[in-house]
Amino acid sequence: MSEPVAVKLTTKDFKSDQEVRWCPGCGDYAILAAVQSFMPELGIPRERIVFVSGIGCSSRFPYYMNTYGMHSIHGRAPAIATGLSVSRPDLSVWVVTGDGDALSIGGNHLIHALRRNVNLKILLFNNRIYGLTKGQYSPTSEVGKVTKSTPVGSADAPFNPLSLALGAEATFVARTIDSDRKHLQSVLRAAAEHEGSAFVEIYQNCNIFNDGAFDPLKEPATRDDFLIRLEHGQPVTFGADGRFCVVHPPGGFGLEVRETASVRPEEIVVHDATVADPAYAFALSRLPGLDLSNTPIGVFRNVDRPSYDSVVQAQVSAAQATVTDSPEQQLAGLLASGDTWTIL
Amino acid sequence: MTKQVRQLDRVVIRFAGDSGDGMQLTGDRFTSETAQLGNDISTLPNFPAEIRAPAGTLPGVSSFQVHFADYDILTPGDSPNVLVAMNPAALKANLADLPRGADIIVNTDEFTKRNLAKVGYQVSPLEDGSLDGYALHPVALTSMTVGALAEHEVSKKDAERAKNMFALGLLSWMYSRPYESTLRFLERKFATRPELVAANIAAFKAGWNFGETTEDFSVRYEVKPAKMQPGTYRNITGNAALSLGLVAAGVRAQLPVFLGAYPITPASDILHELSKHKRFGITTMQAEDEIAAIGAALGASYGGALGVTTTSGPGVALKGETISLAVALELPLVIVDVQRAGPSTGMPTKTEQADLNMALFGRHGEAPVAVIAPRSPADCFHAAIEAARIALTYRTPVILLSDNYVANGSEPWLLPDVASLPDLRVEFATTPNSEDGSTFLPYLRDPETLARPWAIPGTPGLEHRIGGLEKADKTGDISYDPTNHDFMVRTRAARIETIPVPDIEVEDPDGDARVLVLGWGSTYGPIGAACRQLRQRGLSIAQAHLRHLAPMPANLGTVLAAYDRVVIPEMNLGQLAHIIRARYLVDAIGYNQVRGLPFTANELETMLEEVLKNV
Repeated sequence: MSEPVAVKLTTKDFKSDQEVRWCPGCGDYAILAAVQSFMPELGIPRERIVFVSGIGCSSRFPYYMNTYGMHSIHGRAPAIATGLSVSRPDLSVWVVTGDGDALSIGGNHLIHALRRNVNLKILLFNNRIYGLTKGQYSPTSEVGKVTKSTPVGSADAPFNPLSLALGAEATFVARTIDSDRKHLQSVLRAAAEHEGSAFVEIYQNCNIFNDGAFDPLKEPATRDDFLIRLEHGQPVTFGADGRFCVVHPPGGFGLEVRETASVRPEEIVVHDATVADPAYAFALSRLPGLDLSNTPIGVFRNVDRPSYDSVVQAQVSAAQATVTDSPEQQLAGLLASGDTWTIL
Repeated sequence: MTKQVRQLDRVVIRFAGDSGDGMQLTGDRFTSETAQLGNDISTLPNFPAEIRAPAGTLPGVSSFQVHFADYDILTPGDSPNVLVAMNPAALKANLADLPRGADIIVNTDEFTKRNLAKVGYQVSPLEDGSLDGYALHPVALTSMTVGALAEHEVSKKDAERAKNMFALGLLSWMYSRPYESTLRFLERKFATRPELVAANIAAFKAGWNFGETTEDFSVRYEVKPAKMQPGTYRNITGNAALSLGLVAAGVRAQLPVFLGAYPITPASDILHELSKHKRFGITTMQAEDEIAAIGAALGASYGGALGVTTTSGPGVALKGETISLAVALELPLVIVDVQRAGPSTGMPTKTEQADLNMALFGRHGEAPVAVIAPRSPADCFHAAIEAARIALTYRTPVILLSDNYVANGSEPWLLPDVASLPDLRVEFATTPNSEDGSTFLPYLRDPETLARPWAIPGTPGLEHRIGGLEKADKTGDISYDPTNHDFMVRTRAARIETIPVPDIEVEDPDGDARVLVLGWGSTYGPIGAACRQLRQRGLSIAQAHLRHLAPMPANLGTVLAAYDRVVIPEMNLGQLAHIIRARYLVDAIGYNQVRGLPFTANELETMLEEVLKNV
């Protein structure tokens, strides 16, 4: 395939002819609209973009994108997308998944795609509930969650998706929110520019089975005190007039939140997404409390490591570079390799 | 001393020892020397799943059987004429397979009190007369090897390890094998350690010279070359042939091959082999699990590669959901199942044919796929190409049912002319296909093949979405319409049922047989050998062998109906027989064994003789 040529497309070009069938009020609509209006920025022709999904509400996403797309099976989208991406480096491959799809049934594929650093952009819509199967708790639901399958409360501790991704040493890890289009698109932009796996958690409201799960991060009254907006190269402060900040207390392992007035300015952590050791981003991922206080959003980690795709392709290219014979000649040679004998 | 030379038409030798004794390598080298001579060959390795079971114990015994002849042969032989036993465990584990009068060469150095006790011998069988019915050759293999290497700069351990080359030298002398290829092999194998090259060659020659000088071996044998079709041959295992078949399929389709695989016995060698052939544009991926392996292969197929996944039964079980997805997506995919004894982990290094039902029916919903099975090691090459041909032409998953017996067994392979291999080129969709040319209909079918267009990402104007949800005919849009679902289910079934496959051929040289033996897969050799033995005794019997299990050959019903009795030997509890009875209303007789070993020709001969008597 030849190199893609820059093209001018509009939001409309990315809308498919299919009727969108999420519940009215679902956070997925906002994400879809944000992605559709962001896509023209990529400058990539539609035919070179592929959305691959698994199963769940979010996984209907490819049907609504006028690109190539595959709605596959539960949890397996990262595996399928890996085969596609590795064999077709000319494509821009996006995975759309949910908290159940990516972290429960498909957990294995997710962590392995991330550790390999496959050139995939993975958007995890986290609504902390099973929506398509009508309201069971998910692997990101809080402990004690009362649902149809856990009438007296769930017993298991949730995954922190970002901590998990960072444990797998993902090279790009970010979080954003369905309702903040500007922020969502800024994160998509950074993800798209990243070579290798880009993991983006998107907090998404399920207004039917888990309504208001992220309200403290959205309500004007609380959001500024709850959200930590990470900006590369900037001191990590938040709240009205930056009254809170993040510091690395001496003697401790992690990061902690303090009142800005109580610390010396040089004690405030300056955000650096390129820190090689994932421990820093991991510490950021541990800041939020159960009530969503101190929730960082933005790009936690963005480091360079050769993508799996590029290493695999380089091996194949290097082997092919040594070849001068036609494939048929090579094949004849291969078949006749080893000890042969001839009968006349 | 002049030795007597005797002509034989066929010989079966079994090399047996501890799993660390290098018996597979010894057998492999003897086979290669024998191939150089132009004998027909068939081999059967038999090894434990444990990499190193406790030394000297029965579970640690590893063996390699080679059958060679001056005529064409079909099996590795029922019972060995010669057993090389490197220790008491190897003798004990294999003695029951030997006919009286067979030659037994034992390594007396290993027949110590301790080693004898390990396998429950109170008294050494070399001394209690229990081997009187055999031609016993006690040889101090280890000490003679160490003695021969006294002047060599190698450790005692390395010297002892060379005893397999001493044994190979002795056997090579006994059967007048040309040994140049073995010397070359040793030079390659130990290229970085010249002292080991010298030591192993010296051990080999010591074994050869021992045969020539000792009076214990008074006879030397010759087996003349077999009359085989002219051409260039190599000896090949089923797994190697299958790998080369996949390489060839990629070349003939002009498509990159993508293999997604997870290591599993006995299929891993295909992954190893294909990993070596990147210059053909082959990508291999060792996935995190069986599901990811097939998922990645399917993703690659979606992108326009020939997607392949290789595994054994437990892996196919895990891949079932993705095979169903491939059925719904109607994309090419080759799934190789090198069957082993189940259920569950079963006996990973032993053979069985018990995945037929799973291949045919082991998925949710009506999810038909094509299924084919190779009949011998060399046939794996052509079966792999056939699997790829069906997958690419009909845009369907194809399950290729090999098994441990053909995968690890070997035979001479007449190298094909590359230009004579099938042309597997396909055309990707490039333009909208609706009648007015305005839109792309991903499920508008080719009227002849019923295949849908393969429109790969990157093709402008054909952007479309596919998925596991039921699709409307032609448009591929999501559809819950009852009539449409019924139509699509029937169409997917018809897609497989109408794939043209060659008629089944019947071998009935006498032309008056009343009993037909029907087989599939790796039982071809033993069934064929049993039929020959019966015919040599003047009895008539017909043999037919299925390569295509789905769809089955169109003439199969007619063929079955022409015989008074149909017998179906299988290494399972009657899976093909069940299908034949259900589908063709034929009162087929099953003959079933699940011992982890192939049928012997003799047992099939005895069984078939009984059937013939009762017709």
